[in-house]
This record gives sequence, structure tokens and C-alpha cells, in this order.
Amino acid sequence: MARIFAYIVHKGGVAADSALELAAAARKIDAVASPTAILTGWGADLDAACNTLGASYPEIWKIANEALAYPNAELVRKALLKVLPSDSIVLVAHEHFGIDLAPGLSIKMDSAFVSDVLDIAGVEGAGLKVVRQEFGGQVSAHVRCDISSGAVVTIRPGAFKAVEGAPVSGVVVDKSNDVGGLVSGRRYLETVVAEAGDVDITKYNVLVSIGRGIQEKDNVAIAQELADALGAAVSCSRPVVDAKWMDKSRQVGSSGKTVKPKVYLACGISGSFQHLAGIKGSPFLIAINKNPKAPIFQVADVGIVDDILEFLPELTNKVREMRSVAAK
Amino acid sequence: MEILVCARRVPDTSENEIQLNSAGNDIERDELVYSINEADNYAVEEALQIVARVGGNVTVATVGGEDDEEILRREMAMGANHGVLITDEAFRGSDGRGIASILKAFVQKGHYDLILTGIQAEDGGAQVGGMLAALLDYPFASLVNSIEILDGKKLKVSREIEGGNKEINEIDLPCVLSIQTGINEPRYVGMKGIRQVASLPIPTFGTSELGIPPGAVGEAAAKVKRVDYFVPALGKGAEILQGSREENIDKVLELVIAKGGLK
Repeated sequence: MARIFAYIVHKGGVAADSALELAAAARKIDAVASPTAILTGWGADLDAACNTLGASYPEIWKIANEALAYPNAELVRKALLKVLPSDSIVLVAHEHFGIDLAPGLSIKMDSAFVSDVLDIAGVEGAGLKVVRQEFGGQVSAHVRCDISSGAVVTIRPGAFKAVEGAPVSGVVVDKSNDVGGLVSGRRYLETVVAEAGDVDITKYNVLVSIGRGIQEKDNVAIAQELADALGAAVSCSRPVVDAKWMDKSRQVGSSGKTVKPKVYLACGISGSFQHLAGIKGSPFLIAINKNPKAPIFQVADVGIVDDILEFLPELTNKVREMRSVAAK
Repeated sequence: MEILVCARRVPDTSENEIQLNSAGNDIERDELVYSINEADNYAVEEALQIVARVGGNVTVATVGGEDDEEILRREMAMGANHGVLITDEAFRGSDGRGIASILKAFVQKGHYDLILTGIQAEDGGAQVGGMLAALLDYPFASLVNSIEILDGKKLKVSREIEGGNKEINEIDLPCVLSIQTGINEPRYVGMKGIRQVASLPIPTFGTSELGIPPGAVGEAAAKVKRVDYFVPALGKGAEILQGSREENIDKVLELVIAKGGLK
């Protein structure tokens, strides 16, 4: 089989968590061959990141280039094309950088592309069979990918568990001289850090989190009343922010805040993986959704199939009732 | 500015419970509610707002069949100047690369300064925009959540990255951008608006108009094929409370207090 490469994202001299997940995915494609890590960047940060991978990858390809000091996917793609064998299988994490890099890379390598892979079902000849999700995670699909002329595969973060193998003493191979000058029609200017909001949702033990099921802006008050009664905060999923019903600072997810509450009440939230990626620390997850097929029920501890617009106000009343009894 | 938006008609996942058909090779499509892919609708709105600022035209194109005309009319009712249906039996079964190749051929029949797609559709591929850019050798940016026109030759675009941070880039025209949901507030389209565009012509393009050689796209050329759909065996899954609403409320309150406490 063709050589497997894992493109590793890194920041501040530290490789992303996905580095070990990509190694696990590579071993599931080919249990015998060792995947090769490939990193791009510049300066001491790049060297430090390469060195952290020596325990898990036997070979680490390093591309140092001043133009790659910030990972502009347009430039990274050009650099990779200079060094990767054209029949390679290239694994990349399915996050904002991988989404930027990978589809175009597959075109330029003239290889197959399959994105957001959750599992490897097997390899038969030139066919790599993978598992994906469609329709917001409501159904899964097996997809067969012809890897005879290589493949670019993006891997869902968190889907593959890092495997503890015997540590290897990986060597860093410097490929920088193969790359040369890099220019692109897209130039990185700056990163603008998200503004803090009125409420810091990361500081609460209980979150009443709302999704598309809240249906309209006026209904946000229903969740706020429950949160007030519980001493909790209201957070939300992406569609609520997209619709401008709540501020971006209330969004839980990979493109929003990462929260670690003790209890997470997911109300009318379908449970996309991007949303779940923002929930850490294994809170007790209670899901209320009128769609019994909602993927959130696969990960929740307790589920209730009901309409949140009716359920939440009654729950609020119950909390208030209990508090008034307790106050007497 | 001449803007092309590539859009797709999809089953609306927020309106549908997706079920498998009995053969397991597709979802049950009979009762589904279809609409324009949500991110594509944001892309059309963004194109309309750009044209309102700097002038130009918005063309919305889709690769599909007759049924897909309805989303073209919907977007024309929003204000798009042209709708184009790219359709041919030979396109059936195309993978992402095939769709991007068909769109490339269409782009080369016209003259567009800016090409927009939605970030992803119901299959979560997030692929056609980046592929189309690579086929055209245009610069590309994904997950775009704001666009500023700098001059006739370049744009300033913001990409949504981790933690709600924004990555700001300058990008040369012509380029391809994939648009993230939430970039704007798409205007409402009523039945009246759709009736007003009901009789406008929608030109169609097929293999012969686009000069696509037989076998270059479609199922035979696809390197990536869906084998089947399935519902994964659940891990633990949630304990679904089966009580009355009142009982469920009592249980939820008990759990909230036990696991997190009231403040």
C-alpha cells in the first residue's frame, strides 16, 4: 500500500491533540506500515513541535519556510505538493485548517477525497471503506474510496482514540530545501480574538443550552427564566447565533466557547459534533428534543422526547415552587 | 462585480426525521421537506449585498434535475439576476470532484469575478468550493464570515477559526469563497415573490453545452462512492425517560440538584 502521511497542526511548539488521533487512523488503514508525520512552519516553534512527535511517529518530515510561519492553507498546499509522493494517502484533521487545505490538495494530487471520516471499515484491494455521517448525524454511511492514485482523507476530531503503542524514537527529516519560494493570491493579515460577552458561560455549573428548537428570538426568554430560577446561564448552539437570537459569546462548540459545567441541559439541540466538541469535563447531559432521532440522544445521559417550548416553562414553575416551599 | 453562487437543494434536516429505506441504500425520500441548503442561502444573500454596494449581477447555478429549479426560483425571488440549471443524465453519480469539474466547465463559459458556495451541504462534505478553486487555479478561503471589497482586484475576508476567533486574509480576485452560516441575515422570501419570478426562463446546460467529454464525470468517473446508509448501533445512549411530562420534570429537577446543585 501507498505511504501514509499525517499532516500535523501545531501551535506554540505543541502538536495538536489530533496528531495522535491521525496516527491511530493511519494504523487502522494499514496496521503494518508506520505513518509519517509532516509539519510545516518556521523557527523554534516548528522544531519543538517536531520533537514532541518522536515518540509516536518513526519519521517526521519538517518543512521550514518563513512564508509558512502562519499556516496559510494556500501556501501549505503548495509546499506539500513539492514533497509528497503523488500516490500518498494524506490524513488531515477535519477542522478549520483541514477544511481549507484538503479538497484543493486532492485535486492537485489527482487523488480521491473523502472528508470528515469517523471510522475505517477496512481496505479491499484499491478500495478504502470508511464511515461518515450525513444529515446532521442522523444517519451514517459507508463510503468506498478508490485509493489507487492516492487519497486525501480528513478525520473527525475525537473520532479515533489515540493508541498507546511502544514508543518509537522518531527521526526528523528536513525537507525544507525541496520547497523553495511560496506565493499565493491569499495573504494572511491578522487574527482577531473573539470579544468577551456580557455573561461568561464557562463559569457556570449548570447551563441551560438552547438550539434551533427554541424556534424564535422571543422564546429565548423561556430558557432565561429557567436559568434564572436554577442560578444557571443560558448558552446555545450555532443556529441560535446564526439567527442572531443570542450573542456569539454564548455559543458552545468548536467555533465558540469550550465549557465544563456539571450539568448541561441540551434543549432543542440536535447535537452536531462541532457543538459537542465544546462540551468538556463529562458533565451530566440531559437532552430534551422533540425529534427522537436527534443525535444528541446518542451522547446524553438522560433524554426526554418532548417540546421544549412546553417542557421548559413547566420545569421553571416547578423550580420556583420548590424554592418558595424551601423559603418558608 | 459578476458573482456566481453554486447552490444545492437538500432535505431540510431541521424539518425532517431521516429514516433509512427498506433496502438500506438510501434514505426514505418520499415525505421529505426539501429546501435550499442553508449555507448556500447565506451565500446568495451575501452576493446580493455585495452587488447592492458595488453593482453587478448575481447568478445562482445548481447541478441537479428538474426538481431543483424550485430553489433557483426561490433565490431569484430574493433578488438573484439569473438562475441556471446544470443538468444531464451523464452527471448522475458524480462525486465531489465530478461536481467541481462540471462547475469548472460552467464557470469557463462565463466571466465571474467571485464564486461563492455554502460551506457544506447535508452530506457534510465541505469539498466542492475548495476543489473548484483548485481546478480553476483561483485562490480559495473556507468558512468565510465577512467580506469587504477593497478594490476591483481584491477582497478582505474573515474566516471563522477556533474559539470564535477570526482569521483575516486579503485575497485576489477572481477567487472562490465558501460561506459560513451566520455571515448575514438572509432576506425573507414570500409566496408572492416566488410567483413573480415563476415565468422567468431558466437556461439549462448539459454535457454538450459545457464541452464535457463522456465518462469524465458521473458514476463511472467517481473515485468516491457511497456503499450504503446505516443507523449505527448505539453505544450506551441516553436513558429515555418514559414518564408523563410531570414525572419527567420531577426527575430532571432531581437530577439537576443531585449532579450540579441549585445556586
